[in-house]
Amino acid sequence: MDGKTQNQMGWLFVLPVVALVAFNAVIPLMAVVNYSVQETFGNNMFFFEGVKWFEQVLHSDRFHASLGRQLIFSGIILAIEVPLGVAIALAMPRRGPWVSVCLVLMALPLLIPWNVVGVMWNIFALPDIGMLGRLLNDLGFNYNYTQQPISAWATLIAMDVWHWTSLVVLLAYAGLSAIPDAYYQAAKIDGASAWAVFRYIQLPKMRRVLTIAVLLRFMDSFNIHTEPFVLTGGGPGNATTLLSIDLVKIALGQFDLGPAAAMSIIYFLIILLLSWVFYAVMTRGEEQ
Amino acid sequence: MTLELRNVVKSVGAQTHIHETSLRLAKEGFNILLGTTLAGKTTLMQLMAGLEQPSRGEVWFDGKNVTGVAVQKRNVSMVYQQFINYPNLTVFENIASPLRVAGMGRAEIKDRVHRIAELVKIAPMLTRRPSELSGGQQQRTALARALVKDADLVLLDEPLANLDFKLREELRDELPKLFVNRHSVVVFATTDPMDALLLGGHTATLREGCITQFGPTAQVYHRPVDLVTAQVFSNPPINTATVTKRGDHIVLSETVQWMATAEMRQLPDGAYVVGIRPHHISPVANGPGSARLDGKVQITELSGSESTIHFEHGPLHWVSQSHGIHAVEVGTTIQLHIDVDRCMYFSVEGKLVA
Amino acid sequence: MAKISLEDIKHSYLKRPRAPEDWALKKLDLEWSDGGAYALLGPSGCGKTTLLNIISGLVRPTEGRVLFDGVDLNERPTDRRHIAQVFQFPVVYDTMTVRENLAFPLRNRGLKAAEIEQKVAAIAHMLDLSEMLPRRASGLTADGKQKISLGRGLVRSDVNVIMFDEPLTVIDPHLKWQLRSKLKELHQRTRRTMIYVTHDQTEALTFAEKVVVMHEGRVVQVGSPVELFERPRHTFVGHFIGSPGMNILPCEVSGGGVHFAGRQVDVENPPRGLLKGRHTEIGVRPEFVLLTEQGIPVNIVKVSDAGRYRIVEARCEESRIKLLLEEGVSLPASNVCVRFDPTHTRLYADGQLLE
Repeated sequence: MDGKTQNQMGWLFVLPVVALVAFNAVIPLMAVVNYSVQETFGNNMFFFEGVKWFEQVLHSDRFHASLGRQLIFSGIILAIEVPLGVAIALAMPRRGPWVSVCLVLMALPLLIPWNVVGVMWNIFALPDIGMLGRLLNDLGFNYNYTQQPISAWATLIAMDVWHWTSLVVLLAYAGLSAIPDAYYQAAKIDGASAWAVFRYIQLPKMRRVLTIAVLLRFMDSFNIHTEPFVLTGGGPGNATTLLSIDLVKIALGQFDLGPAAAMSIIYFLIILLLSWVFYAVMTRGEEQ
Repeated sequence: MTLELRNVVKSVGAQTHIHETSLRLAKEGFNILLGTTLAGKTTLMQLMAGLEQPSRGEVWFDGKNVTGVAVQKRNVSMVYQQFINYPNLTVFENIASPLRVAGMGRAEIKDRVHRIAELVKIAPMLTRRPSELSGGQQQRTALARALVKDADLVLLDEPLANLDFKLREELRDELPKLFVNRHSVVVFATTDPMDALLLGGHTATLREGCITQFGPTAQVYHRPVDLVTAQVFSNPPINTATVTKRGDHIVLSETVQWMATAEMRQLPDGAYVVGIRPHHISPVANGPGSARLDGKVQITELSGSESTIHFEHGPLHWVSQSHGIHAVEVGTTIQLHIDVDRCMYFSVEGKLVA
Repeated sequence: MAKISLEDIKHSYLKRPRAPEDWALKKLDLEWSDGGAYALLGPSGCGKTTLLNIISGLVRPTEGRVLFDGVDLNERPTDRRHIAQVFQFPVVYDTMTVRENLAFPLRNRGLKAAEIEQKVAAIAHMLDLSEMLPRRASGLTADGKQKISLGRGLVRSDVNVIMFDEPLTVIDPHLKWQLRSKLKELHQRTRRTMIYVTHDQTEALTFAEKVVVMHEGRVVQVGSPVELFERPRHTFVGHFIGSPGMNILPCEVSGGGVHFAGRQVDVENPPRGLLKGRHTEIGVRPEFVLLTEQGIPVNIVKVSDAGRYRIVEARCEESRIKLLLEEGVSLPASNVCVRFDPTHTRLYADGQLLE
């Protein structure tokens, strides 16, 4: 016996969910694996090709380019959102009437449907009639996200930061709230500066929470599709064609099921690998 | 109504938390599990309740094998150290909750809850929420909830540990009265030997997952079967030293020796370990036969009616506890007296010999 | 080092306190002389932690002043009051080693490295932490961590007072006495003013030279452990101190004598008047209730074996009387009578000792 009391009823409760997950995830995944090792000419005839698609994808310049863009994007996102989120969480009050107000304000961006976010920023940043776009151009910047790669990237990043930093804020805030007052009191008595309090008390105690925040933001940003698609469609050219957008173009645009399936699987494995690396690095040194 | 553990072992991975244990607990009186933190008291209680399954061995209750039976099917209630109550239910609802789960009728629930609340002395608080109550009152609510169920097995895991000193005394006084006339087997875990002594019943001393002795409390205290038991059942710690028996004399050191008791004289000469409880060493002579030893005072603690003196005698660090106020300066050497009739002697391996 | 005075302190956690129970601390005046070992003893909710926080500056009192050596500190924040505090559960900086933990307060105050090194070594030696210095603080047991918390206070030489807020709460019971003794030893060696807040009378009485007993926001009595034990000025103190506590028995005063259960009882403080209209009681500790041939008859309800003595619970009419029996002394089989030692039996009126 493994030590826990046998309780058969639990399985009955889990069955519907298992069925759902099976239909929505496992079976489609199996289908993708199937496609990734076969060739089709669209006439419902499939020929087994083995690893040909995988090799093709891994050697394709196009794949390298979009992977590169994706990595840079996620890197920038993490570098901005995590410190910014922590900073905002530190600035938020922990007691008093303003707490609820702040929490609601922080939650708002997270509630907006993602394609609406994309549309919002699409219009907001339009160079001639969008509030932001017009303002930037009036201030002297030559800003047009539909034509300039730099502007497109800047807008994309600004949009994601606006949309998702709140998640880091809320998680960090929860982590901070769990620190007992006695620590701050002791630090006061020890004469510690605000920076020392951050470095020696707050940051170590937030470690777990930050691990979760980083993992979530990494995975989500690596997977991102809706917002950039609505904002730029991957343009100008393929300046903001991130991995998922590229994948959709291949699979649905060109209907190359084989390479698309192979790319999906590689995509999935990359996320898995990088997530594991992040997790191992951040929880290294934690005993229990 | 008896609870039996037959050859129960609990291991998690490579670590054995409970070594092979057999125990038989009856419904009369408290069954006390005494041991330090992490000795295995909570694990043992979880095995008894069915919250955990033993890696080997069986649990029998009232002649039936209940190993593997889920705790929800057993009739068990448990009280924890941390005053566990449903925070958003009133005291009345808290106490009524197990009865509602059992599907009891409204009138009967009301009657039972009121009776238990009277017994446990929280009747005036029935409409309040746990957060509005003091620690003692919250724990009484938890107790009431455990009692109202009339369970076959009631487990109390250090329930007094988080209470104020005086409250602890009061509740300790009241607990036996709450459990009289019940048909449940009651198990009480504690780290404080005083709890065990004052609650009476039977005591099992635990250390590192092993039960060293189980028997009527007074017996386990006065006649521990080995040195480990004596040490577990002692606060402040029992004084020990290796002594040599030579003929009629017990020799502690060059300057200290005394006459052996009749019982000791029967045993062969050689090395033994003597165990002297702190209250058997005193700065005041307590009889013609007492042995004298010189001790250098390290710390004196005065607590109203008692003096606890920590002293050094050669390499030994011992403690003396005596009645009355003896304010001795740190660093002075004083003369202390051992009540040799009450010393316990153990073999070098630790078994009680006299 | 400083003499600490609390003048007219009153405190309420509510913005607009109205009724007496809204005040966590009712009016009190206290003085703590330099270098003393004090305990603040009282049940949960009596206001002792509030008082501690007022002294350390973590709480500003609603009324009254806190003076260190005559200087009003109400405006001064905690880090400028030169105090150290050890909390209920250990506060250590997990990412630092023990040595860095102890050095932290000194580094923040800008001391030189050599001086820091020396002080840290001295304190570590006093606390038996010398071997642990290079280890990570998070790896120590609870009592080790509390020692670090304590060490951070001791290592500074500008500390006026070290305050302990129930510091032994998380320590294993069989290690508590070790840390207690260590605290007492440290006080005797360093002679810093120490204030120890607890609900546990053993901790208070063994540590302190002077104990402040609090109840419901008021100071009930201040005295040495012996004084509090021998001459409690309030029935609450008599009940709270001593395990088991004092027997408080109802009595009548008439014809120049004190009567309990119809019999005359001699007390240490006989009354001068008739004390009409006042609630009179006698207080006598179980240690001073003696078995006797002819005396007040009682019925034995329960005998508990507490190891070094036995606690006998007896009943006389409606009152419960507890007495202690030493090892080896036996109870008579029937017709048990008791008497109260007159030098240790006192008369209380409305809860106060009659002087």
